[in-house]
Amino acid sequence: MQCHNLTEQIDINKGARKLVLVGNPNVGKSLFFNALTGIYVDVSNFPGTTVDISSGRYNDMVVMDTPGVYGVSSFNDEERVARDVILYADVILNVVDALHIERDLFLTQQIIDMGKPVVVALNMMDEVRKNGIQIDVDELSHQLGVPVIPTTIIKGEGLEELKKALDHARVGNRIPIVMEHLPKVRSLVDEDSEALLVLEEDENILERHNISQTEGMREKIYEARRARVNQITDKVVQHTNKEASFSIKLGRWLLSPIVGFPVLAVVLWLTYKFVGEFIAQTVVEWTEEIIMGEYYYNFIVNLLEPLIGMDSFLGQFLIGEFGVLTMAPIYVFGLLLPLVVGFYFVLSIMEDSGYLPRVAVLTDRSLNSIGLNGRAIIPIILGFGCVTMATITTRVLGSKRERFIATALLGLTIPCSAQLGVIAGLIAPLGARMILMYVFVILLVFVLSGTILNKILPGKSTDLMIDLPPLRIPRPVNVLKKTYIKSKAFILEAGPLFVLGAAIITVLQYTGILDVISNAFAPITEGFLKLPKETAVAFIMGIIRRDFGAAGLNDMVSRGMLNPSQILIALIAITLFVPCIAAVMVIFKERTWKESLVIWLGSFVISFLTAGIVAQFII
Amino acid sequence: MTLDQASNGQRFQVVSIADRDISNQAIRLGIYKGAKLTCTGKLPGGPIIIQNKMQEIAIGRGLAKKIAIQVL
Repeated sequence: MQCHNLTEQIDINKGARKLVLVGNPNVGKSLFFNALTGIYVDVSNFPGTTVDISSGRYNDMVVMDTPGVYGVSSFNDEERVARDVILYADVILNVVDALHIERDLFLTQQIIDMGKPVVVALNMMDEVRKNGIQIDVDELSHQLGVPVIPTTIIKGEGLEELKKALDHARVGNRIPIVMEHLPKVRSLVDEDSEALLVLEEDENILERHNISQTEGMREKIYEARRARVNQITDKVVQHTNKEASFSIKLGRWLLSPIVGFPVLAVVLWLTYKFVGEFIAQTVVEWTEEIIMGEYYYNFIVNLLEPLIGMDSFLGQFLIGEFGVLTMAPIYVFGLLLPLVVGFYFVLSIMEDSGYLPRVAVLTDRSLNSIGLNGRAIIPIILGFGCVTMATITTRVLGSKRERFIATALLGLTIPCSAQLGVIAGLIAPLGARMILMYVFVILLVFVLSGTILNKILPGKSTDLMIDLPPLRIPRPVNVLKKTYIKSKAFILEAGPLFVLGAAIITVLQYTGILDVISNAFAPITEGFLKLPKETAVAFIMGIIRRDFGAAGLNDMVSRGMLNPSQILIALIAITLFVPCIAAVMVIFKERTWKESLVIWLGSFVISFLTAGIVAQFII
Repeated sequence: MTLDQASNGQRFQVVSIADRDISNQAIRLGIYKGAKLTCTGKLPGGPIIIQNKMQEIAIGRGLAKKIAIQVL
C-alpha cells in the first residue's frame, strides 16, 4: 500500500510553487488534475475510497490533488490530509459543483478566509443548464473577490480560460469576524492559514503550536460563514421552477423502500451472476485450466525439467506441486486476475454512478444492530474485493469502536474475491442445499459476532450523515482505468505473497516439516473437524493467504480426498480463517497490537469452533 | 418535534441540533439552526432523506432524533 506521507511525494525542486486542487467530494477535481498534468488519478464517487495525494506538474508549478472534503478541519482522516496540503499551498484551484453551490461555497469561503490566492472553477455548468438554474458568474466573482471560471470539465469546456486565470489568482474577501480576530492569534503561528485554524479550534494545529488557550470561536465563525455563503447564493443563483430532472427522480426511487430494496437485491444478484458465475467459472475455467494450466504449465515444465529435473529440491522449488514458477503464477494470473478485474469493474461502476452512498442508506438500519452505520457497507463491499484495501477504508468510519467492529468482521467473515472465486467453484457443484448452509453459517457468524461486539464494546457508535451525489452515467474510460489501476495494485500486492507462500510450503514439504505439522494438528483436523489430516496443509497455506488456502482445498478436492460434507466444513473453516498476511499487516498498522492480536487469534478460534460444530451435526 | 417525526414531502425549519460536534459538520452541508429544508424520503426505521436546494443528504434515525424541527 502506498504511504500517506505527503512530503515524500512532493518531488524535486522545493522552490516550485504549489498549486493545490481543493473541492468537495465528487466535483470532478481529479479530472482537472488530469487535464492540467496529463496524469490519470482515481476519480472517486465515494468520499473515502482513497486518501492518497496525487501530485504532478503544470508548467513551472507542482500540482497536488487532495481528497474531497466539505471543509478544512480535522473531523476525519481525509480532512486532516487535505488540511495539511492546503495550509501550505501557494495557489489554490477550488473546484465547485455549480449544482451544489450552496454547499461548496462553504469550503471556498473558508479557503478565502485563510488568505490564500484562489481561482474558482465553477464546474458542471451543463447540469446547471439542464436543471433550469441560472448563475450570475460575474457577480459571484465580485462577491468572493476571486476569479470564477465556468467549466464543464468532462467535455473540456472552460479549460483554456481556467489555465489563463491561474495567473490571476487573488486573495478574496474575508468575512468580517475573521478579519477582526485573526490579528490576535497571528503571532502564535507562521502563516495566515494556520491562524484561521487556530481561531477555528483545530486540535492538531493547536497542538503543533503548543497553544492551549482558545477563545472557542469555531461555532461563531462557521455560523457567520454559512450566513455569508447563503447571502451570496441568494444573490447569484436563480432557480426557474423546472420539474426535477429524471436523474433526481431516479435517485429518490432508489431510496424508497418499495423500489430501493428490490433494486439492491437485483444489483447484488447481477453482481453474483457476473463475478461469481461468469468470471469465477466460465472465464476462470479457460484462463486457469487452459491458458495457464496447460499452455503455460507445459511451456515452463518442458523448458526447465531437462535442466533441473522434477525431484531435486530446485525442481520442486521452481516447478513442483507448489512451485514458485508453476503454482504461484497459475493461481495469480489464471485465477486471481480475472476475478479481481471482474470485481473492480463492478465496483467502479457502482462508485462512479453514485449508487454506493445509496446502498449505505438502504443498509443503515440493519448495520445499526451490529454497532455500525450505513457508511460501513463500503468497507464491507470492498472486502469482497480485497480485505486488505477494505481494512484501510475503515478509516471513513466515525469512531474507534466502529473501526474495530468493521475490521474484526472483515478479517473474520468476509471472503475476498479471489477466495470467493475458489469457494464458488468448489461449492457450486454441491447443490443448493450446501450453498444455502454455507451462506447461512457465514451470515450467522457475521451477525452474531457483530451483535456481541456491539454489546460488549464500550462507547457509542456514530450516526449516518451522508451526502447523496446525483446519479450519473459512469464514463467507460474512467471505469476501465479505475479497474486497471486497482487490479494492478492488487496483483502487485498478492503476487509476491503467493510466491513467498509457495516457497515456504515447498521448503516445509521437502524437509518433512509439513508432515510433522499435519500430524500434530490431526486431533483437530481429524478428530474435531472430521477432515483428512492433510487438510492442515491447506490451513497452513491459508495463514499466508486465505485464497491460497482455498486453492489448497481445491487441489485436495480435485484429487477426490474430500466428500461433499467435508468440502462444506473445510470451506466454512477457511472462510472464517485468519485474514491474509497483507491484511494482518494492515490491521496491525491501523489498530493497536492488542486489538489486532484479538482479531487474529479470534479468527483461528471462531473458524475452527464454527466448522467443528457444523461437523458434529452433518458428519 | 424532532426530525425523525417529519413526514415525506414536509417542509420544515431546523430549531436546534443537540450534538455540537455534529452541528459543526452539518452546517457545512447546509443543515443548521434556521435552515429551511424538505424531507424527501424516509426508510422504515432507517435514515431520513432531506433536501436543501439541489442537495440531498441522508440522516440516520438516531441523529434525526437529536435534531429539533418546526414544520413550516
